[in-house]
Parts: sequence; C-alpha cells; structure tokens
Amino acid sequence: METTASHSPAGVHDVHPDLPFVRKYVFSTDHKVIGIQYMITSMLFLLSGFTMMLLMRWQIAYPGTPIPFIGKFLPETMAPGGVMLPEFYNQLGAMHGTIMVFLGVVPLGVAAFGNYVLPLQIGAKDMAFPFLNMLSYWVFLIGGVLMLSSFAMPGGAAQSGWTSYVPLADLAPPGQTMWLIAMTFIITSSLFGAINFIVTTLNLRAKGMTWMRLPFFVWCQFVTAVLLVLAFPVLQGGALLQLMDRVAHANFFIPANLIFGGAPVERPGGGNPLLWQHLFWFLAHPEVYVLLLPEFGIVAEIIANGTRKPLFGYKELVISACGIGVLSFVVWAHHMFLSGMRTDVTKFFTITTMIISIPSVMVLTCFLLSLRGGSIHFNLPMLFALAFLPLFGIGGLTGLPLGFTPTDIYLHDTYYVIGHFHYVVVTGSLIALFGGLYFWFPKMFGRHMNQRLGKIHFWISVTAMNGIFFPMLIQGMSGVLRRQFDPTAQIHNHPTLILNKVMTISALILALGQIVFIVNFFYSLFKGKEAQSNPWNATTLDWAACPSPPPHGNFTQDIAVHRGPYEYSVPNHKTDWSPQHVPDQQLVKS
Amino acid sequence: MSSTPWILDASDEPTSTGVPHGKLGIWVFLASEVMLFGSLISSYIVLRLGSTHFIVPPHEFLSVPVAALNTFVLIISSVTMVMALASIQQDDRKGMIMYLIATILCGLIFLGVKTWEYPHKWHEGITIQSGLFGSFYFTMTGLHGLHVIGGIAFNLYILIQGIRGKWSSTHCQRVEYAGIYWHFVDLVWVVLFPLLYLL
Amino acid sequence: MTPLTPDKIYGWGVPFAASSYAAKLDRQLNIFHAAMILIFVCWAVYMAYCLIRYRAKPGVPAEYGHLSVVTSLIPDGIILAFEMFMIFAIGLPSWAHVMENFPVEKEANVVHVIAQQFAWNIHYPGPDGVFGRTSIKLISSGNPIGLDDSDPAAKDDIVSINQFHVPVNKPTLVYLSSLDVIHSFNVPAFRTKQDATPGMQVRIWFEPIQLGTFEIACAQLCGLGHYRMRGDVIVHTQDEFDAWIKKKLAEKSES
Ligand code: HEA
Ligand code: HEA
Ligand code: CUA
Ligand SMILES: [Cu+2]
Repeated sequence: METTASHSPAGVHDVHPDLPFVRKYVFSTDHKVIGIQYMITSMLFLLSGFTMMLLMRWQIAYPGTPIPFIGKFLPETMAPGGVMLPEFYNQLGAMHGTIMVFLGVVPLGVAAFGNYVLPLQIGAKDMAFPFLNMLSYWVFLIGGVLMLSSFAMPGGAAQSGWTSYVPLADLAPPGQTMWLIAMTFIITSSLFGAINFIVTTLNLRAKGMTWMRLPFFVWCQFVTAVLLVLAFPVLQGGALLQLMDRVAHANFFIPANLIFGGAPVERPGGGNPLLWQHLFWFLAHPEVYVLLLPEFGIVAEIIANGTRKPLFGYKELVISACGIGVLSFVVWAHHMFLSGMRTDVTKFFTITTMIISIPSVMVLTCFLLSLRGGSIHFNLPMLFALAFLPLFGIGGLTGLPLGFTPTDIYLHDTYYVIGHFHYVVVTGSLIALFGGLYFWFPKMFGRHMNQRLGKIHFWISVTAMNGIFFPMLIQGMSGVLRRQFDPTAQIHNHPTLILNKVMTISALILALGQIVFIVNFFYSLFKGKEAQSNPWNATTLDWAACPSPPPHGNFTQDIAVHRGPYEYSVPNHKTDWSPQHVPDQQLVKS
Repeated sequence: MSSTPWILDASDEPTSTGVPHGKLGIWVFLASEVMLFGSLISSYIVLRLGSTHFIVPPHEFLSVPVAALNTFVLIISSVTMVMALASIQQDDRKGMIMYLIATILCGLIFLGVKTWEYPHKWHEGITIQSGLFGSFYFTMTGLHGLHVIGGIAFNLYILIQGIRGKWSSTHCQRVEYAGIYWHFVDLVWVVLFPLLYLL
Repeated sequence: MTPLTPDKIYGWGVPFAASSYAAKLDRQLNIFHAAMILIFVCWAVYMAYCLIRYRAKPGVPAEYGHLSVVTSLIPDGIILAFEMFMIFAIGLPSWAHVMENFPVEKEANVVHVIAQQFAWNIHYPGPDGVFGRTSIKLISSGNPIGLDDSDPAAKDDIVSINQFHVPVNKPTLVYLSSLDVIHSFNVPAFRTKQDATPGMQVRIWFEPIQLGTFEIACAQLCGLGHYRMRGDVIVHTQDEFDAWIKKKLAEKSES
C-alpha cells in the first residue's frame, strides 16, 4: 500500500466520525470494532461452554446427586429433580466440544485477535473487504445463537458428540439438524473471514513490509486462513450429506439392513459410516492447528517483547508454521486407527503423524532458545506465554503415543485423549489467549489491566487447570473411557474414581479464578491505569506506529517499513527497541 | 465504501501484489468451492467403487441426450460470457449487454431443463431416497443448481449496472469476476456430467 | 493358576496384562512415557535455567545475537530419530502382529460378536464349527441376532448376551459387527479395542493368558446407554469351556 498524502482526505477515516452510533459500534465495518465484537462474543461462548462443563463435571464426580443451585431450574426433560439424565449429559458434551472449538477458541484466536491486530501489524488502514468482514461477524452470531437455541428443540440439542458420528447422528432427534444448520453458518462466516485475511495479507502490506519482515503472528494467521479456506468446505460437504440423510432420507451414511431402536430402518441403504469420519476429520484435524497457530503467533510476540531480544530462528519458525499447515492435511485418519480402515492406510497415517510433530517441536525449540541471552521481564503477558511452553509441551508430548498405532489401541477414546487435547487447547491455546488479552488490552481500550488481579488469575488458572487435566492422563492410563455419563457403572473405573472429585473441585476453583478475570476485565475497561501508545516498548507497527486505541483508519502518518519485526536490543541504537517504521538514522546513537 | 454496500466493495488504493482485492478474493473463494465440490465428488467415487449397494440406473433412465444438450448450453454460455467481457473491454456497451443477456438466458434454459428432468427422474423411480445413486444425483446437481442460480443473480446484477452505464473499459473488474465465477460453475457441470450420466 | 478378582486386575496403572500381546503393548507405552518424561525434564531444566540466569537485571542488556540455527535442529533431530526408530523398528511390526496376523481358524475359538444398543451378543458356532444363517427379519426379543432356526447349521449354535466365555491359552478370533450404530469392543485387560461399525464386519483376535473375569466396555459413544453397555469376558480352562458349551447345548435342546 502506498500511502501518499493524497489518499488521506478522501480516505475512509474522515467519513466515519459522523456516522450514527449503530453504524459505528454495531454494524461497523471497522476491523477494530469487529475484532472487539468477536472478542466479547467468543468470551461469552467460552463462559457458556464452561458452565455446561461444570454441570457435567458434577455428574461425573457425584453421579445421581442433584446438581446444587442450578439443578432446580433445569426442566424435567433434562434433569428431573435436579439429577441429570444421560440424554442431557450427551447433549452437554456435544455442545461443550462444539461451542469451545467453533464458537470459543477459534473465533477468539482467529477472528478477534486476527481482526484487531493483523491489519495494524502490516500497516493497513482496514481489511481488504470491510463489509464482508462485518457480514462474517453477523453470520457467526446467527450460527452461535442457533447452536445454543437447539437446547430448546424437541429431544434437546445435538447429542452424538462434537464429532457427530453416523449413523447415530443420522437418526438422532431434531437437535442434530439444528447443529448442521448452525455449522453451515459458522463455516460460511469463517470462509468470509479467511478470504479477508488472505487478501489483506497479500495486498495491504505497508511499503517495505516484505514477507520476511512480517511479524510471526501475521504468518500464523495467514497459514490459519489458508487452512480454513481449504478444510472447512469439506465439512460443509459432509454436513450437506448428513443433512440430506436426515431431512430428505438419502442414504449416504446409512448401511443396508440397518436396525435402529429395535426396528429395521426402511431405507435401501448402502452408505458408509466411515465416509463421514473421513470428511469430518479432514476438517477437524486442520482445525486443531487452527486452534493452535494463532496462539503460537501470540506467544511469539509476547516472548520477543518480554525477553527484549530478537526471536530465535525467525525463518525456521516461518518454515515450521507453513510445514504444519501443509502436513495437517495428511494426518486426519489418526483419529480413526481403530475404525476398521485398511491396515496399510493406518501405517501411512501413523508415519505422517509422527512427522507432523516435528514442526511443532521446532517452534517450541525456537521459543525456548529465544529465552537464552535475553533480559526476561516477568510481566503479566509474559507469565502466560512462559506457562504456555511446558504445558503445551505436556499436551504435545502426550500426542505422540496417540499417534503411534500400537499404543493408541489401548489409549484411544480413553481420558488420556481428553487429557492430551485439553492440555493443548486449554493450557496451550486458552492460556496463550489470556496472555494475548493482557498484552493487547492497552492497545484496544487505552488502559492497562490490573497487574495484581491478573497475577491472582494466572496462578489460580494454571494450578487449577493442571488439577483438572493431569488426573485425566492418569485415569486414561488405567483405562477409563470418555463420554461416560456415570463412571461407576463399569468396574474398571472404580480404582480411580476419587480423581473425579479432584477434577471437579479443581474445575470449580478454576471457575472462581475466572471471576477474578471478569472483574478485572470490566474494572480495567473503565478504571484501569491509562496506557501510553506503546506501553510495552514494542517494535511492531501495532504498538509503535499508532495511538492506543488507534483512530479510525489506524495510522495518522504514512508508514514505510525499514526492518524486521523483532529488532530488540540492537547494538548502537539509542533504545532497546527499534520500531519497524523508524529509519536507521533516527535510532543510531550519535 | 460506496453507497450500496456490496460484498466485494474495497478501497481502490494500490495493492502490494498489484492484483485487485476482488480478483484475489474470488480466486480464494473458488479454491474453497473446489474443496466443497471435491469432497462430494470424492465421496461419490469412494462409494461408487466401494459400496455393494450402489446401483447405477440404466442409461435410458438418465436422459443422457437432454443432459448433453444442457452441457452444450452451458458451454455456449461460457463463450458468451467471454464475449461480454471482451466487448466491455473495447467499450462496446451494447455488445456486452447483448452477450450478458445471452448468458443469463442460457443459464435459465439450463435450469428449465433441470426442472423438466427432475420430475422425469422421479417418474422413473429415481429419487433421493431410492438408493445411493439417487441420493448423490439430487444432492450434487441440486447444489450445482444453487450455484447456477447464484451465478445468474451475479450476472443480472452486472447486467443491470451495465444498463445503467456503470461499466467501461477501465472499470470492468466486476464483469471479469462474474465471468470467473460463471466459468467455474460451468466447469463443475462439465465434471458432473460424465460422472453422473456417462460412466 | 487361580482366577483373578477385580481388585487384582484393575488399579491405578494399566490393568493386569491378561492377553498374549498385552505385555508387548505395555512395554511400548513405557518406552514412550520414559522418553516423554526425559524430553520434558531436559527442557524444563533448561527453561528454568534460562529464566533464572537471564532474568531482567538493571543495566544488563539482552544479547542481540543468537546461537546458530543448527543448534536448535539437534534436539529436533533427536526427537525425529526417536520417533522413526519407534515406528519402523517396533511400531509397524507389533501393529501387524495385533491387527494383521490372525490365528488360523481351525486352531482358534471362532466367535461372532454383534453389538447393539446397549448389549454385546456373542454367537458361537457350536460343535460343527459352522455359523447358522442370520437375518434381520427374524430379530425379536428372544432372538437378538435373528438366528434362522431352519438352517441345519444353526441347530447347535449358541447365543449369549454380555457373557463372553473363552478358553485360556488359545487364540480367540472374533468377527465383529454391529446392528445399529457404531460401538467399540474394548477389553482393557487384553488391550483390545476395535470399532464395530454397522455394515462392516472386521476381524480381531486375542489370546487370554490368565483365568478370570474381564470387563468388556463400549468405547464409542452409541447413545444414552453408552456408559452402561458392558459385558464380561470369562476365561476358563479348556475343560471348563467345553463343559460350558455342553451345558448350553443341553439347555437349548430342552427349550
Ligand atoms: C490445539 C489442538 C491440538 C494440537 C496442537 C494437537 C497436537 C497433536 N495431536 Fe491431538 N488432538 C486434539 C487437539 C490437538 N492435538 C483434539 C481436540 C483431539 C481429540 C478429538 C476427539 O476425538 O474428540 C486430538 C486427538 C489426537 C489423536 C487421536 C487420539 C484418539 O482418538 O485415539 C491423535 C493421534 O494421533 C493426536 C495426535 C497429536 C499429535 C501427534 C500432535 C502433535 O502436533 C504434537 C506436537 C508437539 C510436541 C511433540 C510437543 C513439543 C514439546 C516439547 C518438545 C517439550 C517442550 C517442553 C518444555 C518447554 C518444558 N491427537
Ligand atoms: C477448545 C476447546 C475446549 C476447551 C477450551 C475446553 C475446556 C474445558 N473442558 Fe473440554 N472438551 C472439548 C474441547 C474443549 N474443552 C472437546 C472437543 C471435548 C470432546 C467432546 C465430545 O466428547 O464430543 C471436550 C470434552 C471434555 C470432557 C470429557 C467429557 C466426556 O468425555 O464425557 C471434560 C471432562 O472433564 C472436559 C472438561 C473441560 C474443562 C474443565 C474445561 C475448562 O478448562 C474450561 C475453562 C474455561 C475457561 C477458563 C473459560 C472462561 C471464560 C472466560 C474467562 C470468559 C470471560 C468472559 C467475559 C469477560 C465476557 N471437556
Ligand atoms: Cu455401545 Cu457405546
Ligand atoms: Cu488430529
């Protein structure tokens, strides 16, 4: 983008200040407003997903006892007398998975932070298609509301797991249809978003912002967007087939001679249930890297800033991110090792799965080596970024015995899997997202979040999360299976039942910790310490080149980029940070 | 932003790659469309080769000549679409309007033939419920039909703006985008036709 | 050899290794976890060292330069080498052993296991070794798998629900299928797990090496009764097993 002075008078930002409130804050096309809308919405979804999980955790730890407080308010069809029904447990489980993944973490990492930060970091005034961007948010919101409202459908919400395996999902109550329709909205929304990210990154980089000068965060968002564009349509295809099976009585996933509920299913059949699994995991494996890559980006920004030192191996990081992107398309069937696929197929996928772990190891290695020789400041975002490293490490390492076929026979569908992926998505992604929130909060709202409350939130969260997820690994090793409404029903669960109470109590403590966060969030929004434009003394354009919060149109001056994104502690420079857009002669010590 | 908010609206500032936003956007969009149809087509192939219950109706039931006609109509429409763009690039507004009308007509003919074909198939006992072939036939052609309707709508928008005199040789990117999309829709049919009728 | 009681089989770690390949798979779990702990501890120690050694001190700037990139590739390379060793030297052969090298039918105890919401139906061919015809049209509450009694081969067939009797030290070959939705046949003590998908029939095998009663669980979400879909594998000596078959046949001819 060549920002010559002639653009400013006609540019977007001079038109907008006199827009009515609704156009400015509700139906806004400004990427910053949309980013914040996405942020608030996805945090609310996270909260609802968490609430569902607290209900489930109660049932797991104290099966058959009425749910305290909330139980009274649940209808007869869900929890008569406050005691949860198995149907309701399954609905909560499916919705927890779906909401957390598709309406919580992905929108927060991609749509909220991506929207807010990416244009700022590349020096753009807005996204390439601002209107499409707004549309993306509203379509997302409709999808999310539909998804939640499906609890009111006859027979309740979707209850076949977030994976919606057929033929169970094909023949499930109408809530499943709502799930499919809501997914269609969510997929459409993320398609709009992804197109926008790709075109924006390609086309709207400031002068001098070459590919190798892009902050790592931008690279991660770019790869993520490519994954979204290529993987989501495949689930859309699968969802269309399942929808046809359900509403038009097609036969895609209905095998011949099927019995259901004691009576034959009167359809010619011939379909294949494994086909759905392939279509689902073709999306859902890349999806787990969509859950992760933006967070890698966030952690990279925070670590470079907190160590006051260039990030180790920028090129290596970029190659790894792209490698993860490419490889994530060829490992999907590692979720199906025991589904009855041909064994030569499983061999292929176990090898690719082992290989894809290497780029992740490379990223972690680079982050770790970035610490060496730094001047490490333990500020709040940095605490979260540092906690991310070992805790994501546990999650990633436990992925290895899952990807390895002989050990996956035993571990598949046990709590070990649950432990594995909660370590990567909660103590990995979610922790990184919290770090990102504390990091960019001053930019978004012009105020700092309270440090003391933040530290309390950090320590409670990290401890409680380990208290929830580490016992899962132990239970998994002893053979406890997932999706169990009442674990006491099976003998082999009995020795480790006590851990269920540990996990549930930890989850309650985690919930208390989040109250601290919510209080801090709203308190700081109005009363927080006011922030300068660049409180962290960062080098990237989002901090160094625009005020906090940035005005409409983002930059008040023309941007030309002179150096890479992480030039910290450059010898002979006046300050220990050298912003990307400041020419050399202004920085060198005289 | 112009006064009518339209999906592909973007600033006219120079871009880093030199390619306009809209063009990049439409190509990225088509990439996702390729994956969407790709997922259905590969499902079709997998089940057709793998399922013992995949009964392909005899060719007489499939009205191959009609479908061949439809293929021909769509290919013609692609040509007229190219001509429409070529016309406006030479500032021949009348020519563009004529060719656009021809393209839209071809699209409508295609849909008309389909509305004849569907009941015909039901009559022969091929429905979405009758077996795997029917399920695939109606889902895939149905989804393609929706894309044809979308393409016609896009072309109509181009036509109406063209009649209002909005396009010129220097300002005809949207005509090009409509063309790219329309060619894609044709291409999908060119793949579906042999897959569903001939093999 | 005395039968094991549940408190001996299930504990805090992996259950008692009651099948011929269980110990082999356990060893791989152990190797993995040892390696994982080693990797984690090395990195954690290094990280702790960095955090202490390089914490911000007034007047001490960060170093601008880095180690060479090659240094970082060394740990990556070691992990890759470890993974490749595990796959090619250990993983593929043992996967083949469990999932591809089936016992010869004549020397094995051959059984059909048909899953349904929410029970395991076990179908034995009886002394003639031939499975009788089944048809879904005949399914009723008294005949859960729809066994066709008009078929001579079905005369001596035995069907039991949730009780899977097998002889010890002899491979059992299971033909696994499902009537309605996807289930997963899981015997934790045998380290056996395999999805039962409607419309498909897959083979699995195991060889019990310990007398006792071992739980069958369902490992794939199959509806609201998924959690209580359980059964037992009861491992007998060959004599007891033969006696059990005889008893069942006698019961059958009575009714
Ligand atoms: C963010 C999400 C995320 C991420 C990043 C990963 C990463 C990985 N996953 Fe995971 N996975 C999920 C989310 C994720 N997964 C989910 C949601 C499921 C379950 C879905 C369901 O069934 O419902 C799942 C399930 C799952 C399975 C299926 C299990 C089963 O059902 O039987 C498998 C099998 O191969 C697997 C493997 C892997 C591997 C090999 C990696 C690798 O990429 C990991 C590579 C990383 C490392 C190897 C770590 C490197 C770290 C270090 C070297 C140490 C660092 C230490 C310090 C700094 C101290 N995963
Ligand atoms: C990104 C994905 C994600 C996340 C974040 C989580 C978070 C959590 N999950 Fe979940 N989980 C899944 C994805 C996720 N999960 C999936 C895919 C499944 C499988 C489902 C299936 O089987 O089909 C699953 C299943 C699952 C199970 C197994 C259920 C079963 O098999 O029967 C359990 C059991 O304990 C569990 C627990 C938890 C807990 C305690 C958390 C906690 O860590 C949650 C903590 C949440 C927060 C800390 C958010 C707090 C929010 C805020 C602070 C916002 C504040 C708001 C404002 C300021 C407005 N999860
Ligand atoms: Cu059967 Cu779960
Ligand atoms: Cu995966």
